[in-house]
Amino acid sequence: MIRKLTFIALALLLCGATGFAQARKGLKINEVMVVNDSNLVDDYGRHSAWIELFNSNFAPMEISSVFLTTDPSVPKMYPVPLGDVNTKIPKRQHIVFFADGKPTDGTFHTNFVLTPGQDNWVGIYDADGLTLIDSITVPASLPANTSFARKIDGEGDGIEAWEVRVGKGDLYITPSSNNKIKDTNNKVDKFSEIDANGFGMTITAMGIVFGALLLLSICFYIISRIGAVRFRNRKMNAQGINPAEVRPTERAEGDSGEEIAAIAMALYQHLNAHDQESAILTINKVRKAYSPWNSHIYSMRQLPRK
Amino acid sequence: MNEFSSFLADNVAQFWHLTGFYNATWQHLVMLAVGLFFIWLAIKKNFEPMLLVPIGFGILIGNIPFNAEAGLEIGIYEEGSVLNILYNGVSAGWYPPLIFLGIGAMTDFTALIANPKLMLVGAAAQFGIFGAYMVALLLGFMPDQAGAIAIIGGADGPTAIFLSSKLAPNLMGAIAVSAYSYMALVPVIQPPIMRLLTTKSERVIRMKPARAVSQNEKIIFPIVGLLLTCFVVPSGIPLLGMLFFGNLLRECGVTNRLAKTASNALTDIVTILLGMTVGASTQASTFLTQQTIFIFALGFMAFIIASASGVIFVKIFNLFLPQQKKLNPLIGNAGVSAVPMSARISNNLGLEYDPSNYLLMHAMGPNVAGVIGSAVAAGVLLGFLA
Repeated sequence: MIRKLTFIALALLLCGATGFAQARKGLKINEVMVVNDSNLVDDYGRHSAWIELFNSNFAPMEISSVFLTTDPSVPKMYPVPLGDVNTKIPKRQHIVFFADGKPTDGTFHTNFVLTPGQDNWVGIYDADGLTLIDSITVPASLPANTSFARKIDGEGDGIEAWEVRVGKGDLYITPSSNNKIKDTNNKVDKFSEIDANGFGMTITAMGIVFGALLLLSICFYIISRIGAVRFRNRKMNAQGINPAEVRPTERAEGDSGEEIAAIAMALYQHLNAHDQESAILTINKVRKAYSPWNSHIYSMRQLPRK
Repeated sequence: MNEFSSFLADNVAQFWHLTGFYNATWQHLVMLAVGLFFIWLAIKKNFEPMLLVPIGFGILIGNIPFNAEAGLEIGIYEEGSVLNILYNGVSAGWYPPLIFLGIGAMTDFTALIANPKLMLVGAAAQFGIFGAYMVALLLGFMPDQAGAIAIIGGADGPTAIFLSSKLAPNLMGAIAVSAYSYMALVPVIQPPIMRLLTTKSERVIRMKPARAVSQNEKIIFPIVGLLLTCFVVPSGIPLLGMLFFGNLLRECGVTNRLAKTASNALTDIVTILLGMTVGASTQASTFLTQQTIFIFALGFMAFIIASASGVIFVKIFNLFLPQQKKLNPLIGNAGVSAVPMSARISNNLGLEYDPSNYLLMHAMGPNVAGVIGSAVAAGVLLGFLA
C-alpha cells in the first residue's frame, strides 16, 4: 500500500514538473512592427506588420500549439499550427510571424492584424489557453517602419526593457536576428581589459577551488565525528550503559591492541585455571608488514621500462 | 584504341591526384612521424599505452594526405563523414563526462574520506593551472585560450578536452595531445621536483594510518560531494555530476552491474573513440603552428608548477600540524590528478628513502581530490570565460 502511494505521489510530482516545464516560459515577444511599408518582405513579396518571438532558453523549443493574440479576452486567437518543422526554434534564436490576417498563407501568417494608430496589446498563451507566457503593449505613437523592440534579446520585464527602433545608428531593426549584436565575448574582453596579467582570475579561481574542497573536507570531518559518536553510543548501549550518564572525561578512548590482548590472556588463564608458578608475561605486538597497499599484485600501473 | 588509351591514362592521372603520394606535404610527413613516435613510446616504452596507442594511430589516420576538394567525405572535419560523427563526442564534449563516469566507478575515495584534510593538497596543486594561465596571457593568448591551455596543469585529459572544446576548439588537438603526453611523462617530470623541494628527514615522515571508513560514509560521499561542489560551481556539473554518479554506482552496493559496465566496457569504448578522434583531429595544417609549441611549453610548465605547489603546500601545512599528525611532503605531487600514476610516484619515492614507508594510500587522497579539484577549476574557467 505504501509502495503504491509512493508511486502515485511520484507520478503526480512528475506530471506536475512536466506541466511546469511545458509552460515554455523562455518564449519571449522580442520585437514588433505595426506599420511596415518598406521593411521586411514576406514569402509572397508583401509588406505587413510582424511580430518576432525569441527562444531565450539554451535548448530548442517547439512552439506549435501556443496561441498568439491581440486580445486578452480571446486568448486562443491564433494557434500556431502543429506539424510544421519550422515551429521548433533553436536555442537563443528568433522566429517571425506576419500579422496580416491571412492564416491560409502559411504557418507564420496570423489570422489577426495589428491596427495602426492605437495601442496594440500582443500576447502569447500556452497550449492550455490560460497561461500567459509573455505580453507587450505596442504604443500607438510608434511611427511607420519603426519597430518596438527589447533592448537586449529576451531580457527584462516591463516597458522600460523596450525601446523604439528607427533603423539608424544603434537603433537598428532586426527581424529574425539579435536586437543586440554581439561581435565579441564580453566576458573575455572584460578579463583582457581589467585582468590582463591573470592575477584576479588566479586569486578568485584558487579561492573557489580551495573553498569548495574545504567545504567538502569540513563536511566529511563532521560526518566522521557523528559516525564515531553513534558507534560509541551503540557500543555503550550494547554494554547496558546509558551514554548520557557517562561524563565525557570517563568515556573510553577506544580499544587498544594491548588491552584486548591482556583481556584475552586473562580469559585464557581463567578458563584453563591450574597451578602455575609465578611468571612474567610479556606481550609482543606482531607486526604484519603486508598490506594490500604495498602489494605488487595491486600496483595499478607499471612504470615505464627504462 | 587511342581514345581508350587516353581514357585509361585520364583515369590513372585522376586516381594519382587522389592518392596520398600526390597530396603529401612535409607537414603531413612530420605529423605521421609524430604519430609513429607516440605508438613507439606506448609499445616500446610502455608510456600510457591505453592512451598513446589510440592517439598515435589517430594521428596517422588524421594525417594521411588526400584531396580534400574531391568531396569524398572522409576527413574528420568534413560534415557527415564517419570520423566526423565519431569526433562529435569530442567537439560537443560528451566523451569526457562519460570517461568521468568510468573514473567515478573505478575510484575508491576511502583514503580521502578517512583523512579529509588531504583534499586541500588536491586543491593546492591546481595552482599549476592558474600559474600557466598567467604565463599564457603573457605570451599573448586571449583569456579563453589561456584558460583552455592552462587546464593541462590539471593533468586530467578528459577535463582538458572538455574545457578546450568549449573555450578554444581550434586548439583542442594540441591541448589534448599535450595533456596526455605529459601525463605519460609524470614519472619523469615529478621525481626531480619532489627531491628538490624536500629534505631527507621530510621524505621519511611516517603518516598515521588511515582510519576505517564505514560503508555509509562511502555512500554519502558522492551525494554530498556532488551537492557541495556543484552548488559552488554549477558549470562543473557535466564532469563532477558524472564522476560522483559513477562513484555512487560503485559504493551503493546495489548497482554492481552498472558500476562494472561503467568502469570497464563503457570506459574502454569511450577511451578508444576519444583517443583515436583526438589523434585524428591533429591535422598538420592546424597542429604544426607556433601556438602548438607554446602550448607544449606551457603544459610542461603547468605540470611543474602543479607538482611543486602540491609539495610546497604540504610543507607549509605541516607547520600547523602537531608532530604525530605531520604529512609526508612526498604526497604533495599527487594533487596532480594523474590517477593513480602520481600517487604511485609518491609511494615509490617514499620507498626509496624508507623501504617500509608505504605512502600509496595516503597519496591516493590528494590524488582523487585532484580529480575533483581540476573539475572544479575547469568549471570556474568555463563559468568565467565561456
